[in-house]
Amino acid sequence: MAGLKVKQNVIDTYNWFERRLGLGEFAAESALHPVPAKAASWWYVFGSAATVLLVMQVMTGILLALVYAPTAGHAWTSLQFLNHNVTLGWFLRAMHGWGSDFMIAIVLIHMMQVFLFGAYKFPRELTWMVGVVLLLLTLGMAFTGQIMRFDQDAYWGLGIGASIMSRIPGIGAPLVHIMLGGPVIGGPTLSRFFALHVFVIPGILLAAVGVHVWMVLKLGINDYPMPGRIVRKSTYDREYHDLIAKDGIPFVPDGVWKDAVFAAIIMLSVMFCSLYFGPFGPTGAPDPTIIQTAPKPDFFFLWIYAVLAFLPPELETPLLLIAPPIIIGVMLLLPLFAGEGEKHWRKRPVAVLMLLVIAVTLGAFEKLALYTPWSPVMDAWSGAELPARYLHELAPIERQGAIVFQNKQCRNCHAVAGQGGQRGPSLDAVATRMTEDQMVRQVLQGGGNMPAYGNTLSPDETTALVDFLKTLRENHLDPARDSSNGLGKMPATALHHF
Amino acid sequence: MAHDETTELPSTAHPEQHEELMRKLVSRSRRNFLFKLSVLLNGAVGAVLAVPIVGYLLGPVKNDLPVGHWVGLGPLEQFPTGETRLVTFRTPATTPWDGETGDMPCWVRRISASKFQVFAINCAHLGCPVRWFEESKLFMCPCHGGVYYQDGSRASGPPERGLFEYEYKTAGNTLSINVHGLPTLATQASLKTPKNPLIQIQGASNGCCGSTDATAMSSTTSTGKQGSASWPA
Repeated sequence: MAGLKVKQNVIDTYNWFERRLGLGEFAAESALHPVPAKAASWWYVFGSAATVLLVMQVMTGILLALVYAPTAGHAWTSLQFLNHNVTLGWFLRAMHGWGSDFMIAIVLIHMMQVFLFGAYKFPRELTWMVGVVLLLLTLGMAFTGQIMRFDQDAYWGLGIGASIMSRIPGIGAPLVHIMLGGPVIGGPTLSRFFALHVFVIPGILLAAVGVHVWMVLKLGINDYPMPGRIVRKSTYDREYHDLIAKDGIPFVPDGVWKDAVFAAIIMLSVMFCSLYFGPFGPTGAPDPTIIQTAPKPDFFFLWIYAVLAFLPPELETPLLLIAPPIIIGVMLLLPLFAGEGEKHWRKRPVAVLMLLVIAVTLGAFEKLALYTPWSPVMDAWSGAELPARYLHELAPIERQGAIVFQNKQCRNCHAVAGQGGQRGPSLDAVATRMTEDQMVRQVLQGGGNMPAYGNTLSPDETTALVDFLKTLRENHLDPARDSSNGLGKMPATALHHF
Repeated sequence: MAHDETTELPSTAHPEQHEELMRKLVSRSRRNFLFKLSVLLNGAVGAVLAVPIVGYLLGPVKNDLPVGHWVGLGPLEQFPTGETRLVTFRTPATTPWDGETGDMPCWVRRISASKFQVFAINCAHLGCPVRWFEESKLFMCPCHGGVYYQDGSRASGPPERGLFEYEYKTAGNTLSINVHGLPTLATQASLKTPKNPLIQIQGASNGCCGSTDATAMSSTTSTGKQGSASWPA
């Protein structure tokens, strides 16, 4: 009896709210809306996982903001405080950091899936476009979040951002000042990035997610592609409704459980990474006078960092300014050019190939940026010793040359025995490639991306250095020879015969 | 437009009601006019409101630093002739909550008793801090491998020009530099210095030869002298 009464009370309370809010009906309709049976697939779980991660990021972000001091003078210290003094502060920081990496990864996977499944085609073009904006906003969150960490990487990352801005013709200087909030990286800079990271971008992001999800509900989830099922604007709506009428299943519970299981796995993964790997930094204090640093961006921006190392100087500014708008424009306008036709990946070889090329390219740049072969190894000259076998049976002048070789920081860019920089070629077998004259010229005049040492080396040092370099013939291969030299040394009698 | 407004109304579910409303709308041209007027009014208010907001946002565009803000780097004895030293100064644009970000390093090269070169720490490529290597007389950048000669000219790597230089002067026994802000390709180039540009733009293919060195040095020195003459502290 009493149980029945309680139940009646609950129903009455619900009805009281429903009479005034009127959201229950809409929620029930959204939950129970039919989806094509095949679309309740494990391939369709990434969008909801990204949303769950976004909610977690908002929650952990608010929790971090309870302690974080968003001022240039104290941000870094307050992160140390969070890491070491606040109960579980390190774990919350780790969750927020790993959550951001997972979110970008899931958003990218979601995008690849949507692209491969042709889900951007009619009538879901706008859903894709909003999705592209969501990707950019997510990357914006990642970049501004990296600034929140306000360590050395953040400081110099801002410098890199300002340097890129400054390349925009005409308005470069004002843009730099707007970005930094003044003429230098300082208090106003962190404050405005804090505002972007905490108010501006999340606000737009949440609104755009709302629009994105609204369109998924309104248009229905993309039907699972089948080879030969062509999207036509004239017939698509009818076909989709027929499909749903034939084998539609309610989203809740028939479709949603896979989303829920995957979201749980992702959340557990974030928690595992947070526990096991801990929070991201902060690295050194944001003190620009500590110049013994090699700034690097976070994982998902490393490929850009690599691209910037490879652009030739005269092409860098044009490419930096022209490529991003083109890439973003193409991504945005893709569904307008390819809004109809085949959805199945097996019938879209160009699309699959494009995706592969993009993935391999980004992956290659990402990999390169993990070991930065273009950067000099700043302490190789003093830290990487020359193996003893390179000095066996050398004449005194050659040993002097080996000392010059170390002292003049040659190894910052040139590896020997696998140690040293990779900016220039490794020199283990340099004498098999270059003659003495060529080495002297290269050392004194530089060229091919090597500085000239003509003003830095005395003639004696140059002679000693090149004498040492001449001994670098891996496995005692024959030295390089100048074929024209033999001619001059021919005996005069031999010349008579010509 | 009027049609769009009516669809927002809650009682548009029945077509008859909808038509009724439409008829009312057409007949009530006075209310229609008042509605348009209210939209116009709010548009005008919005435009007025935008002025302070945009002005506030564009505030930092005006370079807050008075051009020619001289900062002392210390007594001349600190800088032995023929050497290049790292010096730290407090940027004049600092706020009380800047913390350590308000400090700024630079490289001071003393060429002779009265000739100096003061280089910004920021690589001309993307602003990373360059390091000086005394033995090879090179500046190297850790980010993308930009390399500069001791006179700041580009040696190799992705930078399209040499290091940024501060204008300097020696007053009494003190070396001072003219600080403007974070040096980038635009923020340095846009400065209006009297005759000689603060920095000379160098071609990317600039090699290193004695003659290039000499011209670079002499032009910088003249900039420095002129600076001390026309920019009194």
